[in-house]
Amino acid sequence: MTLFLRNARLIDPEQQTDLIGDLLIKDGVIAEVGENLRAPSDAEIIDCAGKCLAPGIIDIGVKVCEPGERHKESYKTAGLAAAAGGVTTMVTRPDTTPPIDNPETLEFVLRRANEAAPVNVVPMAALTKGRDGREMTEIGFLMDAGAVAFSDCDSVISETKAFSRALTYARSLGALVIAHPQEPGLSKGAAATSGKFASLRGLPTVSPMAERMGLDRDMALVEMTGVKYHADQITTARALPALERAKANGFDVTAGTSIHHLTLNEMDVADYRTFFKVKPPLRSEDDRLEIIDAVKSGLIDIVCSMHTPQDEESKRLPFEEAAAGAVALETLLPAAMRLYHAEQLTLPELFRAMALNPAKRLGLAGGRLSVGAPADLVLFDADAPFVMDRFKLQSKSKNTPFDGQRMQGKVLATYVAGQAVYRRD
Amino acid sequence: MAFRQRHLLGIEQLRPEEITAILDLADQYVDLNRGANKHSETLQGLTQINMFFENSTRTQASFEIAGKRLGADVMNMAMQASSIKKGETLIDTALTLNAMHPDLLVVRHPHSGAVDLLAQKVNCAVLNAGDGKHEHPTQALLDALTIRRAKGRLHRLNIAICGDIAHSRVARSNLILLGKMENRVRLVGPPTLMPSQIDQFGVEVYEDMAEGLKDVDVVMMLRLQRERMDGGFIPSEREYYHRYGLDAAKLSHAKPDAIVMHPGPMNRGIEIDGEIADDINRSVIQEQVEMGVAVRMAAMDLLARNLLAERANAPMEV
Repeated sequence: MTLFLRNARLIDPEQQTDLIGDLLIKDGVIAEVGENLRAPSDAEIIDCAGKCLAPGIIDIGVKVCEPGERHKESYKTAGLAAAAGGVTTMVTRPDTTPPIDNPETLEFVLRRANEAAPVNVVPMAALTKGRDGREMTEIGFLMDAGAVAFSDCDSVISETKAFSRALTYARSLGALVIAHPQEPGLSKGAAATSGKFASLRGLPTVSPMAERMGLDRDMALVEMTGVKYHADQITTARALPALERAKANGFDVTAGTSIHHLTLNEMDVADYRTFFKVKPPLRSEDDRLEIIDAVKSGLIDIVCSMHTPQDEESKRLPFEEAAAGAVALETLLPAAMRLYHAEQLTLPELFRAMALNPAKRLGLAGGRLSVGAPADLVLFDADAPFVMDRFKLQSKSKNTPFDGQRMQGKVLATYVAGQAVYRRD
Repeated sequence: MAFRQRHLLGIEQLRPEEITAILDLADQYVDLNRGANKHSETLQGLTQINMFFENSTRTQASFEIAGKRLGADVMNMAMQASSIKKGETLIDTALTLNAMHPDLLVVRHPHSGAVDLLAQKVNCAVLNAGDGKHEHPTQALLDALTIRRAKGRLHRLNIAICGDIAHSRVARSNLILLGKMENRVRLVGPPTLMPSQIDQFGVEVYEDMAEGLKDVDVVMMLRLQRERMDGGFIPSEREYYHRYGLDAAKLSHAKPDAIVMHPGPMNRGIEIDGEIADDINRSVIQEQVEMGVAVRMAAMDLLARNLLAERANAPMEV
């Protein structure tokens, strides 16, 4: 099957270009890309009318609540949300109930994903059994079963000796470890970042310094063990020098951040709006701006949605008691467009962080607009305005902080291996 | 009408003229309370429910007396012993109560923002009787009334709030109110009990009592809230008393006619010397309790007027 996408604004994160051109898909891969291509006679031709065509988003850290909490999100609903949001690969988190910490559970998850989700699903597995930070999981078996990375998610392994053993073992297998840099003693019980806002609202807080302390420890462990390390979310300016040093020293270290920390700040919580409760908590505006700069410079490699579905019952509670997290598979792209329209990041820079770098880090073939790459693509209108209505989201849970907000950026079509998995009517 | 609020959730939402309106009316209720017949029919036929999710004797009694003197039907619910233990959420509790058609709901809750949340879900007027470390508006109002009556004014005063600021909703409501009424507010206490970046709220922060109390008109002591602490904020109670407890020597730095206040219940010998607390020439702590009833009567009266006006204009759906 041959598909010819003509007259598109091609967002190429490898070349860092943003040019009008055409793209030919044959047998699920990109066969040709460039200006003024000739359409083969057997090709279905789609006129993109100058809209943006970019590699599909590869979203590291998506929580699909199977097994355990399918009422919050299933592979079917997460897959629909991903397709509607231009996400062609979900890299799923193991912080389910029970956690994905053994090959059997991982196989169940992959089977469910293949049955139900129209996009690619590559799973992560827990680094320690039960995510309790004591004994490492069967990292080798889990890799054989398809785990692309190992993470205890937001549960910090405070037993440093156990952590160092797991890292050493992971290194011997070349496994990527994704950690949540945070000093757990300091951040215990926190619902907000310490500072003016939290003081006024009387919320339990964590100093932004806890992130730097966690990262400092982890960087020492990386130096000690030589493991491949990715920090899931760097959200404070104070943590950046440690990251910069580690990279300069040649350690195999990358870092991510969430779209919420790039587009919202602590003041957005306003009158205890629990949809704005995420982990780590939203930061100051100064931090937000510095993190955007770090994405621009490439110091922070990856931007993800940190998609965390929560039902109404978990959120309709006093702020301290409410669950943390926000759904974001469908809002990642329009939220990222805020950074583009504010001229803080270009489209090629955004797709470097949302597609190319995640692919490189996980050793996936996608994330590129080059010949031979899988035809996982998103066609979108970067300008189209709309008002976000959370009840129109595909996700089973509707906990988005962007509800009621004016946004720009609509996905027109999403392709996985050349097949349209989503088309806006 | 100067007072336009539907609820009394915090001082933050009040305009200065609304604060004055409450205090002016409260002055009238002080007279009523001191008279022989303490009863009025202002809230006749209205139902007041006191929901305390946290232990309280004084505040709950004060709200109860205030409601009864105004003729309301008052019910107390000790929520710790109730359905909250059975896993019912705050919202469910609110909806259940709502079905009983209360008119005034007085709520205390251990979590900041919980009373705001509840107010969004009910059809009656909600009074915040303290939420977590956030606000305790009626306490700030009764403090303001006490100061106004003792000093003859509620502006251009130097006021020191001392002690455990971090865990205190009283301190937050007071610093907002006193700032709105154009006073100079100082916060005095050890840095471990000071909220982060609190100096950005137009207050001066001191770590030394002698410096902090220098030439102030009002000394407000706060209770050391040991029950809210998860350990290690101060080295010991005796060192705290030595450095931050209000005694005659420290009070000598304040103006000679400075008044001493405390929201109660007091820890004598920890944050305040017993003799100072009982000194009728300096301490207005008993007046504070008296003003508490009057201020709560005034607040409920004003909220009830707004509620009834609203219902007259837009009859509630059945």
